[in-house]
Amino acid sequence: MKRRSLLGAAAALCAALSVSLPAFAQTKIKVAAIYTVPVEQQWVSRIHKALNAAKDRGEIEYVFSEKVANADYERVMREYAEKGNTFIVGESFAVEAAARKVAKQYPKISFLMGSSGKPQAPNFSVFDNYIQEPAYLSGMIAGAMTKSNKIGMVGGYPIPEVNRLMHGFMAGAKETNPKVEFYVTFIGSWFDPPKAKEAALAQIAKGADVMYAERFGVSDAAKEKGVLAIGNVINTQKDYPDTVVASALWNMEPTIDTALKAVKAGTFKAEDYGHYSMMKHKGSELAPLGTFEAKVPANIKKAVADKQAAILSGKFTVKVNDAEPKSTAK
Amino acid sequence: MNEILLLLADVDFWVAVLRIATPLIFGTLGVLLCERAGVLNLGIEGIMVAGAFTGWLTVYLGGSLWLGVCIAALTGALFGMLHSLLVVRLPLSQHVAGLGITLFATSLSYYTYRVTFPKVESPPKIESFAEMNWLPIPILSQQTPLTLLALALVPTIGYVLYRTPLGLALRAVGENPQAVESQGIDVMRLRTGAIVAGSALMGVGGAFLTLAAFNSFFFNMVNGRGWICVALIVFASWRPGKALFGAILFAFFDAAQLRLQQSGGGALPYQLYLMLPYVLSILALVLVARKAAYPQALMQPYVKGAR
Repeated sequence: MKRRSLLGAAAALCAALSVSLPAFAQTKIKVAAIYTVPVEQQWVSRIHKALNAAKDRGEIEYVFSEKVANADYERVMREYAEKGNTFIVGESFAVEAAARKVAKQYPKISFLMGSSGKPQAPNFSVFDNYIQEPAYLSGMIAGAMTKSNKIGMVGGYPIPEVNRLMHGFMAGAKETNPKVEFYVTFIGSWFDPPKAKEAALAQIAKGADVMYAERFGVSDAAKEKGVLAIGNVINTQKDYPDTVVASALWNMEPTIDTALKAVKAGTFKAEDYGHYSMMKHKGSELAPLGTFEAKVPANIKKAVADKQAAILSGKFTVKVNDAEPKSTAK
Repeated sequence: MNEILLLLADVDFWVAVLRIATPLIFGTLGVLLCERAGVLNLGIEGIMVAGAFTGWLTVYLGGSLWLGVCIAALTGALFGMLHSLLVVRLPLSQHVAGLGITLFATSLSYYTYRVTFPKVESPPKIESFAEMNWLPIPILSQQTPLTLLALALVPTIGYVLYRTPLGLALRAVGENPQAVESQGIDVMRLRTGAIVAGSALMGVGGAFLTLAAFNSFFFNMVNGRGWICVALIVFASWRPGKALFGAILFAFFDAAQLRLQQSGGGALPYQLYLMLPYVLSILALVLVARKAAYPQALMQPYVKGAR
């Protein structure tokens, strides 16, 4: 008796679900994200934030896996594809071949992947952090703020996503201060703040007085030694109010929202979403100077504002240079 | 060459060397205690992660810094207890159990971290140990108290190991456990004690990263430091003084490569600089380890009454 009632309840539940599920799916897109690093990592945190915002607006159902090893990436992609997600976001830098193969096998699912490669028809779109424009602007400020004419830069690995920002930053610094020189150190890890801090301290000891904070740990060294820092991808000024002068921010919202609209309308196709990370689409911006509003010279602020206008109007283009940056200071 | 000579005269450089060496000193001393008792503890990498996490979490939740250090030691001790249960009591493979503990401790820390902090945009910070500016000794005054503790542990462990009956028994149990048993000393308990104490030190080594070298917990932040300790102990021939020397030597190369890399002007690929401490350490290991005498009973489980 009991068993029968249980079965009945289960059947009723199934029926209820099968009725409600399609109705539900029409209103909300099922989105899955697969990250190779934890969601606190600067880069991924921006994607996570944009997707969470869409979830909070009630547009999507959002699930994610973080810290997925490259060897597991393909399997996790398939799992999400099989579970009925219609839009999969991730980063395929280290797993291009596998990710593209999976996308081919699930032509009805839309894929939007961080990638240095080209989109793949019909359903594999790519994006990347093209935020060299605000990096250039933050460089202009850095060049004006350094007194020793030495700027320190500590990075994880010299991959294109890091290099293009560093080059944009360096070009900007040279515009306001042709005498400026750079120290460049790579620490060979994305997650070793103590080591990044050591590298930064070593540069400060050699005279760098503005630090380009590509990694966590660099701003801490700057704060400890009383020098300045420039933020990257995220705004950390609230943690270092007397240290972080300016930050080049990456906003993933334009990319994600455009893609979501296309998925919803059924018009999603293989495209390069890279330009949605540019300033024109509000995909990147120079963070408000905040605590340094009064400390940055007025003529520099004006030069930055003019340059920003030139970028937005298309009169000035920041060169994308993906080559590995090298130290110029001795 | 000139560059290197300049480095040697630079106080900041030596400050950095000692700072980089500190977690390695704790870790290597921890490995030393375990291996001197005849047990390999490859759980070190995970135990350091767990210590880094629990120590940091304690302070984040309002505990004092020293309480954080104690909790990190306790965490290490608990994993040490688990390891000794597996390899001393049961006697399972020490390699497998150790690696298992590394995987378990690492994943458990990450899992607990994510459950505790499901929605953070950047890792939360604490107020970490301050430098000991009151100390009138040049390089030490720019270190945190944990570095002082690490340095003080070296002679302490040396004294216990070579000048006390406990130390004699501990060294003997790593060479010839039967002989220790014949003296009426419990081999199991002695080994368990050594592993627990050694693992506690590893936990503190991890906590140095989150309580002194930095002020927040990151996934992967131990970044292989535990494995380096496992190699350093061979270099040190299982002696505390040499363990200190080995840790400082590695840190010396690491601090040097960061400085040479930044002013190298890109003449050499940066990877070569990053390799430097490892390559030179391997070189040193080759030169020194030929004379190294392994504890004779290392990795040999002791089963009472077995012949």
